[in-house]
Amino acid sequence: MSRDSVLVPADWAEKNLDTPGVVFVEVDEDTTAYDGGHIPGAVKLDWKKDLQDPVRRDFVNKQQFEALLSSRGIGNDDTVVLYGGNNNWFAAYAYWYFKLYGHGDVKLLDGGRKKWELDNRTLVKDEVSRPATSYTAQEQDLSIRAFRDEVVKAIGTENLVDVRSPDEYAGRLLAPAHLPQEQAQRAGHIPTAISVPWSKAANEDGTFRSDTELRELYTAAGLDESKDTIAYCRIGERSSHTWFALHELLGQARVKNYDGSWTEYGSLVGVPVALGDEPGEG
Amino acid sequence: MSTTDIAGCGAPEQSAPLPASVDIEKETVISGIVRAGAEPVPGAYVRLLDATGEFTAEVVTSAAGQFRFFAAPGNWTLRALSRSGNGDATVSAARGLNEVALSVAA
Repeated sequence: MSRDSVLVPADWAEKNLDTPGVVFVEVDEDTTAYDGGHIPGAVKLDWKKDLQDPVRRDFVNKQQFEALLSSRGIGNDDTVVLYGGNNNWFAAYAYWYFKLYGHGDVKLLDGGRKKWELDNRTLVKDEVSRPATSYTAQEQDLSIRAFRDEVVKAIGTENLVDVRSPDEYAGRLLAPAHLPQEQAQRAGHIPTAISVPWSKAANEDGTFRSDTELRELYTAAGLDESKDTIAYCRIGERSSHTWFALHELLGQARVKNYDGSWTEYGSLVGVPVALGDEPGEG
Repeated sequence: MSTTDIAGCGAPEQSAPLPASVDIEKETVISGIVRAGAEPVPGAYVRLLDATGEFTAEVVTSAAGQFRFFAAPGNWTLRALSRSGNGDATVSAARGLNEVALSVAA
């Protein structure tokens, strides 16, 4: 897996805004960002409304995903370039999600919306509509998605990477500090998980660090490449960012994202929880 | 809203109103306005770094340059990135509302 095939710089994006077969997609938690100005020609996806089942806690199913992409005018052969706010958290989540449903060519815009804005590049408010397609998705590729039972089994045996901030890891905060903290579940982390905040994989402007820096980061944190790896955060979006770094940029083969993450694990009855700054015992 | 008459004052005017669901007795709120000189800077990226300098959260300032974090008591650094330049400020936060002035310059 080469970096160039999965991550594109803003200059490349600017040159390919009108290239046939290249579709820009903005993915946000708060889609008012898109409405206030987006990359020319980009369509939007709402992380919650479009990608989550409205009733159960799960993803939209294969047929719903097919209907979604068809209605947005995205074809199976299109190159999909994803970007968004929050340092590309939700764009990285959508990247993983597109891969989960087997889309061929997906790329992430390096630096996302932040770098684009800080560079003073063009944002427009035009309404974008693309002719509908007839999209066909694959069955979910569960080699990149972890569920709770395999997470519990991985304690003390495989790599667990907690990518939340140090205070969330230690149990001092329950959510990122731009969100209110009241929540029902317990604080802390999965025992034996190493702490590598997602932000260590990114530069201040939201671009990813170099492959060399990333390799040093995870090696120094104690990630054992001979083992399987499961990344988690609070709701699975920041861990998609780390999944992207490990699986797509560094080319590690067996890396899964646990989308249930802490909001599921921290509410389970009977599972072990570790508090404080150390990984704890398995 | 008044935007220019408190430049240079250590305590910015009241920033964005808190949602009704937030219990200020329990939360440690860090908020303020990003300014370049006297002018508020909308669309600035404000990063909250913990006492070790590690990234904790990031928000984008409102049309009036306002930002807000829900943190915990302790020492924090705020770093703003914007088209008008970058800037830093530190705050020793206590439970309740902590107002911080944050200036950026090229």
